[in-house]
Amino acid sequence: MGGLSVEPVSGWGRHPVAYGEVARPERLLLPPDGRPVLPRGLGRSYGDAAVPAAPGGRVLETLRADRVLAFDQGSGTLTCEAGLSLAEVLRLFLPRGWFPPVTPGTKVVTVGGCVACDVHGKNHHRDGSLGAFVERLVVQVADGRMVECGPARERELFLATIGGMGLTGLITEVTLRLQPAESGWMLVETEPVAGLDAMLDGLRDAAKDWQYTVGWIDCLARGAALGRGVLMRGRHASRGEAPAGPPPEPRRIAVPLDAPEWLLSPVLMRAFNAAYYQVHARRPGGSARIVPYQGFFYPLDAIGGWNRLYGRRGFLQYQCVVPRAAGAPAVALLLERLAAAGAASFLAVIKDCGPESDAYLSFPLEGTTLALDLPYRGAPTEALVHELNATVIAAGGRVYLAKDAVTRAEDFALMVPRLAEWRRIREKWDPGHRFRSAQSVRVLGDSA
Amino acid sequence: MKAVVVGGTRGMGRALARLLAERGDGVFLLGRDAAELETSARDLSARGARGPIATGHLDLAEPEGFGAALDAADLALDGFDALVVTAGDFASQEALERDPARLRRLLDVNLTATAVLCQQAAERLAARGGGTICAFSSVAGDRARRSNYLYGASKAGLSAFLEGLGLAYGDRRVRVVCVRPGFVKTAMTAGLPVPPFAGEPEAVARLVLRAIDRGTPVVYAPPIWRFVMLAIRLLPRAVMRRVRF
Repeated sequence: MGGLSVEPVSGWGRHPVAYGEVARPERLLLPPDGRPVLPRGLGRSYGDAAVPAAPGGRVLETLRADRVLAFDQGSGTLTCEAGLSLAEVLRLFLPRGWFPPVTPGTKVVTVGGCVACDVHGKNHHRDGSLGAFVERLVVQVADGRMVECGPARERELFLATIGGMGLTGLITEVTLRLQPAESGWMLVETEPVAGLDAMLDGLRDAAKDWQYTVGWIDCLARGAALGRGVLMRGRHASRGEAPAGPPPEPRRIAVPLDAPEWLLSPVLMRAFNAAYYQVHARRPGGSARIVPYQGFFYPLDAIGGWNRLYGRRGFLQYQCVVPRAAGAPAVALLLERLAAAGAASFLAVIKDCGPESDAYLSFPLEGTTLALDLPYRGAPTEALVHELNATVIAAGGRVYLAKDAVTRAEDFALMVPRLAEWRRIREKWDPGHRFRSAQSVRVLGDSA
Repeated sequence: MKAVVVGGTRGMGRALARLLAERGDGVFLLGRDAAELETSARDLSARGARGPIATGHLDLAEPEGFGAALDAADLALDGFDALVVTAGDFASQEALERDPARLRRLLDVNLTATAVLCQQAAERLAARGGGTICAFSSVAGDRARRSNYLYGASKAGLSAFLEGLGLAYGDRRVRVVCVRPGFVKTAMTAGLPVPPFAGEPEAVARLVLRAIDRGTPVVYAPPIWRFVMLAIRLLPRAVMRRVRF
C-alpha cells in the first residue's frame, strides 16, 4: 500500500513539466532510504518549485495528510497536518468566526505549502506574510528526525523553513493563529484609477484605513494611460453590516480543454482589459458594497482549471517586488517594458507591501509588488523575464519563487541578500540536499 | 446515529467518519494503531463533532477480540446502532499468486474476519430492535477476472455474505448495505494505473452516507460502476478468457 505512481508533474502554469514518482500518503513520513524527495502540496505554485529535480524524481504530495489536530476556539489557534487546505480551514472555522490570517489568491492550497512559500495577501501592508502567524512547525529533516521549531525554538530552522520552498525538510504539522472575522462577507470599495502615480498614491492612502488593498492594472495600456486600473479596498464586514446567513457558495464553471492560443492574442486581450476598466470606471467611485469573501479573495477559484486558458504551452506568472525607495519610476519601467513586448495578458495585480519578515527567503519587502501572467512562448518569454529581472535587481528588488520558472542562479543571488545565511542553515540540516526541486537545481545550483 | 467505524483513520473510512461526526452522529473508531486512532479522533472533535467521539482496539486478524471491541463501542456510545467496515486488505494479483501466506491473510481479513464481525454485530443489533451494517466490498467481486480474481474472490464472498445477511436479518430490522467501490484514489490504490471513472474518497463517502440513511442494499461508487459491471457480467466466458483486464 502507499505505492508510487509515475505521472507528469507541473506547477499551475503548466511549464515546465517533468515526470515524477508521486506518493500521496495519509501519514507524512519520509521514506527511510534517504533518497532525494520533494514535498508538494496542492501544486498551485506556478513555476517549478514543486516539480521534481530530475525525471523520475520522488514527489511526496501532502494533501491526504489533512487532519485537524487541535483548535482552540478562544484564541483561534489551529494545529493541523500540513496537507489541510485553506478551503477546508475556511469551511470548518469561518462559521465559528475565524479566518486565515493571510491568504493568497486561491484557497486551493495546503497550509504546509503556504508556510513553505511564506504566502502574502491583500493585507500584507498591515499584517505581514503568513509566517508572522505561525507559532510552531514540526519538520522531518533529512536524517529522519522530527524537529519541532518555532519563533523561540530552533529559530534558525524555523526561519529557514518559512519561505524555504520545502528545501529544509518535510513540514508535517503547523500551528497557526487564525484571525477573528465576524462574517463571511466583505465590505469592498472599488475605484477607477487613471494612471500609475494615482494608483500608487491610492494604495498608500487606502493602506492607512483598510485591512485589504489591491490594484488591478491594464498592462496593455501605454503612454498617459500607463498604470490605468482599478483600486480595491476591503475589510471583513461586521455582524451588523453583513446580510443574514453565510455567503452562498459561488457557482463553479470548469475549463474543459486547453484553449487555442489565438484566444490570448494581443488584440483580444487589449479589448478585454479595456472593457474591464470601463465596467469599473462607470461604477460610482467609492461606493461600498457587501460581497461574499469568495469573490473578493478567490475570483479565479470559481473557474476550475483556468490555467488551461493559456493553451497547451502553459504560462509563466511573473511577480516581483521593488523597494519603496525605487518608487514609481521602477514600476513604470517594468510596465513600459511589458507593454512594449505586448506579451502580458489579462490584468496585472499591483500591491504595496509592508516590512520584510525575518524569514531568510521570504519574498515581500517594503515597496510595491507587481504580478502578471505571461503566456509561455519559449525563448522570447524567457528573455523578457531576464530583462525584467535586470530592472528589478537594479531597483534592489526580487522575484517570488512560488511563481518563478526562469530566473537564473546568478540573478537570484543578487536579489536575496540573506541567501548565504539560508544556505548555511540548510547545510546544517540537509548537507546532502535530500530535499530538492527543479527550482533548487536552477536557482541554487543543486545537482539534479 | 451512533456508528462504529472500522478503518475510519484512512481513505474512504476517514471521509465517512468526518461526514458522520460533522452532522452530529456519535462515532467510535476501531483499529489497530492507537496513535492513528487518537489523531483521527482529535480531527473529528476539532471539526466540530457534537456527538461523542471515542476509539477502541480491533485487529481484523484477531476475531477473538471482536466481542470485546463491540462491548467497548456499546459502552462508549451507549449502544451503537450502525457498524461500518471500510477496512480491508489489498495486494496485487502477482503478490498473492507468489505468496500463499499473503493470499491466506487477505482472504482471512476480507472475508472471514469481516463476515464474523458483521455477523456478531448484526445479532447484537437485532436483539435490541434493529440497526445498520455497512461493509465495503468491491466491484472486483462482481465478476472474476484473470487479472485480479484472488482479491476479487475475497470480495465476491463478502458481497454474497452481505446479501444473505440482509435477507436473513431484514425481519429483525437490521439493514445491510454492501458498498462496491470501483477505483477510488486512496493510499490503498496509490501506484496503480488510474482507470477511467476513478472516484475521490470524499465523493464516495457522501454516496455511502446516503445509502446508510436509506438502507440501500447495494451501492456502487462512483455510480457509473453499476453499469460498467453490468456489462462485464454479461460478457460471455469465451470473451472473459481472452481479455487481459
